[in-house]
Amino acid sequence: MSSKVSINYGEFPDAGGHFGRYGGRFVPELLMAPLEELAEAYARYREDPRFLAELEADLVHYVGRPSPLYYAQRWSEQLGGARIYLKREDLNHTGAHKINNTMGQALLAARMGKTRLVAETGAGQHGVATATVAARLGLECVIYMGAADVQRQSVNVYRMRLLGAKVIAVEAGTRTLKDALNEAFRDWAANVDDTFYIIGTVAGPHPYPAMVRDFQTVIGHEARRQILEREGRLPDALVACVGGGSNAMGLFHPFLADAGVRLYGVEAGGEGLAGGRHAAPLATGRPGVLHGNRTYLMEDADGQILPTHSISAGLDYPGVGPEHAWLKDVGRAEYVDATDQEALAAFHALTRAEGIMPALESAHALACADRLAREMTPDQIIVANLSGRGDKDINTVAALEGMEL
Amino acid sequence: MNRIERRFAACREHGRKALIPYITGGDPQPDATVPLLQTLVEGGADILEIGIPFSDPMADGQVIQAACERALVHHVNIRRILEMVREFRTDDVHTPVVLMGYLNPIEQMGYAAFAQEAVAAGVDGILCVDLPPEESQFFVEMLQENQLDPIWLIAPTTQAERIRRICEVARGFVYYVSLKGVTGADSLSVSDVAVHVANIRAATRLPVGVGFGIRDAAAAGRIAGVADAVVVGSALVAQIEAHQSEPEVMYAVVREFIADMRRAMDAAAVETALGGER
Repeated sequence: MSSKVSINYGEFPDAGGHFGRYGGRFVPELLMAPLEELAEAYARYREDPRFLAELEADLVHYVGRPSPLYYAQRWSEQLGGARIYLKREDLNHTGAHKINNTMGQALLAARMGKTRLVAETGAGQHGVATATVAARLGLECVIYMGAADVQRQSVNVYRMRLLGAKVIAVEAGTRTLKDALNEAFRDWAANVDDTFYIIGTVAGPHPYPAMVRDFQTVIGHEARRQILEREGRLPDALVACVGGGSNAMGLFHPFLADAGVRLYGVEAGGEGLAGGRHAAPLATGRPGVLHGNRTYLMEDADGQILPTHSISAGLDYPGVGPEHAWLKDVGRAEYVDATDQEALAAFHALTRAEGIMPALESAHALACADRLAREMTPDQIIVANLSGRGDKDINTVAALEGMEL
Repeated sequence: MNRIERRFAACREHGRKALIPYITGGDPQPDATVPLLQTLVEGGADILEIGIPFSDPMADGQVIQAACERALVHHVNIRRILEMVREFRTDDVHTPVVLMGYLNPIEQMGYAAFAQEAVAAGVDGILCVDLPPEESQFFVEMLQENQLDPIWLIAPTTQAERIRRICEVARGFVYYVSLKGVTGADSLSVSDVAVHVANIRAATRLPVGVGFGIRDAAAAGRIAGVADAVVVGSALVAQIEAHQSEPEVMYAVVREFIADMRRAMDAAAVETALGGER
């Protein structure tokens, strides 16, 4: 461990957006200038007290921060091990952590004079969070969503349309999140003058992984303060689901230097890692380049990106944020998986034990917390990120259990 | 002098602008690629650009993404494309071949293996769409060790200082992306293109090719008036797609499509030469 604690995590990424060998900026030439413009604007405004004050005010009064850190006492006692605290990102406006980032990026877009927002979305949470801030700031909004996701997340599609966004179903490729990203990049390339691309996770070309992380670290900063107030000490473990990995990075980052806090990122194990129908690039993939950054990818021997599967649309992505790839390699965070069935079981368990219905994405983190807690003792503490609420998923859950609503 | 230099030198000598058609390797099926390349040469192509299919071609529009998907149904990979180039080279040792692709398939094959096998197959230049110069040092070294030309894109958004840096590492020719957007987009302005090409010429003596948004012979003729080479991709691939079920018709249409562009470009060159004398 001694070699690991010597890393100064605050120094990453470097000026080119690298986390070790990961990250960087791998985009067509057309996007290099707008990325440079974005990086410069972000570097300026992240130090600007008026920008930060405006963001802080919106996070408090519009998003509803700080989100509570809730001790899930009944669930913890049922498991009979560690005490589990839930960081309640599900209580944010729009029901997930995504708005922490969209609020920040949209305010930045407005400062940069951009009048049009584009975004990709998988489950629809990031699309809803983008459409919401677009309405709040009076900006035009176009959301790209894989056609398969449009079908399985019809409620969120309707929410986005109610908010005034144009939702475009992407029929190319596997018709899921990765294809929505391709299409959003294409839109941005064609409309760079007036358009700001709000990426929803800690992936993409520099500066997105660092910028999205920074906007999401409000989760970890609050959690750190809250657990110290409640327990007078740091937790033993943090747990969060990892698709692209923004809620996990937001929770983990303020704890990276705390060597005693173990970090668990939970990928979507789908139908099990052995059969290939999953979305666990950190567990099964290898480094490659997609969507502007070098990271672990699910790909075949020819470097073609593989189709993914997860019960949760928000984790159904063949890549992962480059900082997670790096934290895996240096050993600071551990990456595990939870299957569809384990996530579904955790969804029901929390709903019945605490009256809190988690998003299926967040249920992956809870499934891991369940496993960890049983191996631990009641004097130990786990903080699990409840990154979103499960209302959006009730049709999926009902269908899996043979019910039609 | 390599094949690309020789070809541009010959074009200059004959007052001709280079025509560079793009097709996706393996589209609409693998057996069609070599006959298509031969057809393009017969139609009047000077340099051939072969796309390496990729599952997530984010710099391309729907037409080329669909072409990639057709090729990937047949699991066309880089080595399969190099076999096609090798086969093409048995009859044609003069026409330069440029491979265009995305970094990930190249990286999975390995830079060194890719460069060595590509040059052995008879490839002349490599254009890696999502690899900017900043990330390319090792890749460029591998290409240069193997006498392969790194071809770079320059965009309307590329500023003068950056144009200079790109031109320092470029060989063969530089490729100006004539509009904001992806391949297959429309709305091309020749006067804008002329201004940008002039800016690039201030930074390099390499020939300047122009692509993106050149849909027909008329557009090719206008661009030939301001650039050294015209690249046509999506409009050609759309013809291949439309006639894929009847190969003989497809080859005939492709030949005529390229020949039309050739005639328009040659007519424009004559006009420019006359205009220059007046």
